[in-house]
Amino acid sequence: MGYSAKFKVWRGDDEGGALEDFDVDVNEGEVVLDIVHRLQATQAPDLAVRWNCKAGKCGSCSAEVNGKPRLMCMTRMSTFDPAETITITPMRTFPVIRDLVTDVSYNYTKARMVPAFAPPADLEPGDYRMAQVDVERSQEFRKCIECFLCNNTCHAVRDHEDNKDGFSGPRFLMRIAELDMHPLDTVDRRDVAVEDHGLGYCNITKCCTEVCPEHIHITDNALIPLKERVADKKYDPLFSVSSLFRKATGRDKAPETPKG
Amino acid sequence: MATTGVDAPGRAQIGASTLRTDRWWIQPAFTFGVLTAFVVYSAWRVFSGQYYYASPYVSVYFSPCLATDCAEGALPGGPISWWWLSPALLTAWIPLTFRFSCYYYRKAYYRSFWMSPPACAVSEPHGKYTGERRLPLIMNNLHRYTFYLALLLNIMLTIDAVLAFRTPNDYQWGYVGVGTLILTANAVCLWFYTLSCHSCRNAVGGRITHFSKHPVRYKMWTVVSKLNAHHMMWAWISLGTVVLADFYVYLLASGRITDFVFFTV
Repeated sequence: MGYSAKFKVWRGDDEGGALEDFDVDVNEGEVVLDIVHRLQATQAPDLAVRWNCKAGKCGSCSAEVNGKPRLMCMTRMSTFDPAETITITPMRTFPVIRDLVTDVSYNYTKARMVPAFAPPADLEPGDYRMAQVDVERSQEFRKCIECFLCNNTCHAVRDHEDNKDGFSGPRFLMRIAELDMHPLDTVDRRDVAVEDHGLGYCNITKCCTEVCPEHIHITDNALIPLKERVADKKYDPLFSVSSLFRKATGRDKAPETPKG
Repeated sequence: MATTGVDAPGRAQIGASTLRTDRWWIQPAFTFGVLTAFVVYSAWRVFSGQYYYASPYVSVYFSPCLATDCAEGALPGGPISWWWLSPALLTAWIPLTFRFSCYYYRKAYYRSFWMSPPACAVSEPHGKYTGERRLPLIMNNLHRYTFYLALLLNIMLTIDAVLAFRTPNDYQWGYVGVGTLILTANAVCLWFYTLSCHSCRNAVGGRITHFSKHPVRYKMWTVVSKLNAHHMMWAWISLGTVVLADFYVYLLASGRITDFVFFTV
């Protein structure tokens, strides 16, 4: 059953902008992205919006709907009251290019700073052998579609532009956790997590987990375990003494072999 | 144009701290109210130093009772003889620091007390944010030590729960009063809360990269991970049982009620 819904859509660019009012038809089964497309087709042909798969798998249509960071293609219109005015804005952490499109290059800059996967030097591609039980933790993080809603929501950069230099956000700390837990990775990533990617900025308020459209337990399974691994090395004197003992007695592995 | 915050230069100039239309403030307000009430109640009981033992029950705040002038029956009743303040002050800092550095409570108080942020996609009121990189918040990285101490405390509280199955006057086994059930439930809930801790999850196996080489630790990690998924729930339930267990002992010890006995030898 169709109805006409009221929308406020932010229009503008980095010079300024405002919320503009629209009345748009809504049909049963539609999502917010469908409405934005109808808006483009009928009333605002120059409305800028980034989208691709319409299936929640490409991570392109990230925006904020009624103030909540969401994928527009995964936000059903049936979750709103027909009498409700729905507000759509671009993500508020990244520079706006135009209308609903933001410049997310901050994320790619941070991605390039993560040291690449480093298997043992004597292991040829094709010879990688891993037990499923050893890789399944990391596999959860591979569900990430890089919509950057987690980085958009994290208050450490959302409310503090000046922290962008020192903090990579939950998406890339999760990537570091993924590699640190990888059975064939040989690099100790704990210092990098703290010094280059600002793990200490994270105060585990779990907003990244709340907004993740892939329902990855970013905080509980990536960020907190990474913080605990860092605490093992940097903040736990007893663990440090025990590690020295293990190294002295040869019970610890050499750094070039996979982490134990 | 704002120079920082959510309307920093280059970003969409929307001019509102949040556009959320749901009642996002209920959760931090509720958390603030309950945690404040808990802190006020706990401070009153810990500093009062009285009405903490009603045979065979001892208040959770006063166990172990390490001062020699502890009430008779509150174990171990020593060895610290020079202490003149409330004996609870000798041990109450352990659960306090355990909960303060707990990963769940950190989320709770950062949101509800410090409003950093008050809710997701709601601007925080602070102009600067340094996270847990400096003193004093960097100390939260020592959560594992408070976890170890909390384990010891849980052993003591479990002993208290077992001793609550004795008769009040002659300490014969075979007694079940309301207090016995409350102390037992409190000990069980505290074990669930403590063992579901993220530091516990790391210690039992989370720090290992090759689970396949450590099958026993992997099994332990699997069990703790299942508990860990409900850590917030156990944090709240155990907070309630601690207050209930203490308040019941307070009511008994101050003579306001008498214990209802289900069974006695």
